[in-house]
Amino acid sequence: MSSHASSHDAHEIHSDFEGAKIAMWLFLFTELLLFGGLFIVYAVYRSKFPAEFAAGSFALDRVLGVINTAVLLTSSLTVVLGIEALQRGKTLLAKWMVGLTVIAAGIFMVNKYFEWSHKFHLGLYPGGDGMLNLPEGMLRSGGEIMFYNLYYFMTGLHGVHVLVGMGLLIGVLYFMNKRPYKRGVTVADDASDEFKLANLNPRNVSKLENVGLYWHLVDVIWIFLFPLIYLI
Amino acid sequence: MEHHDTEHHSVGYGPYVIVWVALIGLTGLTVAVAGIDIGMWTVPLALAIATVKTVLVLMYFMHLKYEPFIFTAMIVMCIITFAIFLGLTFFDTLPRYNP
Repeated sequence: MSSHASSHDAHEIHSDFEGAKIAMWLFLFTELLLFGGLFIVYAVYRSKFPAEFAAGSFALDRVLGVINTAVLLTSSLTVVLGIEALQRGKTLLAKWMVGLTVIAAGIFMVNKYFEWSHKFHLGLYPGGDGMLNLPEGMLRSGGEIMFYNLYYFMTGLHGVHVLVGMGLLIGVLYFMNKRPYKRGVTVADDASDEFKLANLNPRNVSKLENVGLYWHLVDVIWIFLFPLIYLI
Repeated sequence: MEHHDTEHHSVGYGPYVIVWVALIGLTGLTVAVAGIDIGMWTVPLALAIATVKTVLVLMYFMHLKYEPFIFTAMIVMCIITFAIFLGLTFFDTLPRYNP
């Protein structure tokens, strides 16, 4: 690397993909501990109110939960296929895959909107009528109120992450379109400087890879949220 | 700057699709077992399935299987940190507060 690079000093671009990836992982750890705090709150209160938490999750829309899980898992697949496609020089396929991921994120948020607006309609929100009083005039227990608070806070914070991820993926699409690509060009047949300099190309998948890591983290958090909130 | 990129572990599209099928299957499994009354094992079983799914995502989708060991080591440290927080919290709350 060194002997070759010295002859190209003028065009040298310093990039450290390994370092960028480690930095991304360090950021993901802070995210993990952010959600981790909420999972600890969930664990503590579930151990105090097991019956109320079980009742709360049975009251949620399980079908929407399953659909959203499938949507998010599929979007994780499309983003990783996009990385693979870009590495192989199939930029058009990669763009399609990233585009599909954005669409999947949109479907997830639309489902979330319907789910939440139905809850709001029933008065099931912090301080709402349905939250404070059951239809028969019985008071909801503290455990049930705690469950719904955690439901809103955890899925809400996760939803914010989905929106951020959507924005990042759209940013990746922007970078993929920033330089004109010669359609069907592979790494092997185009080693021009312009190609190398482009922001996101088969030689530099770092941006897409790191956004992909973020997107998978959002998926991993949902993998735990889904059974804890909707199923058990 | 010819060799600056990390070694490209091209594994093809197939393995990713297989992992996705496994993830969807495990989601079906976790929904199925949630309907069965297994008492105190409900939560541990759901968490076990979620852990398997997470390991699949980490290893294949997040490429941990192909990364240097340092990445796995960092993640393990993060998980240990979380476990310490969780454990110490329960040392406090379990004997103390009962509604």
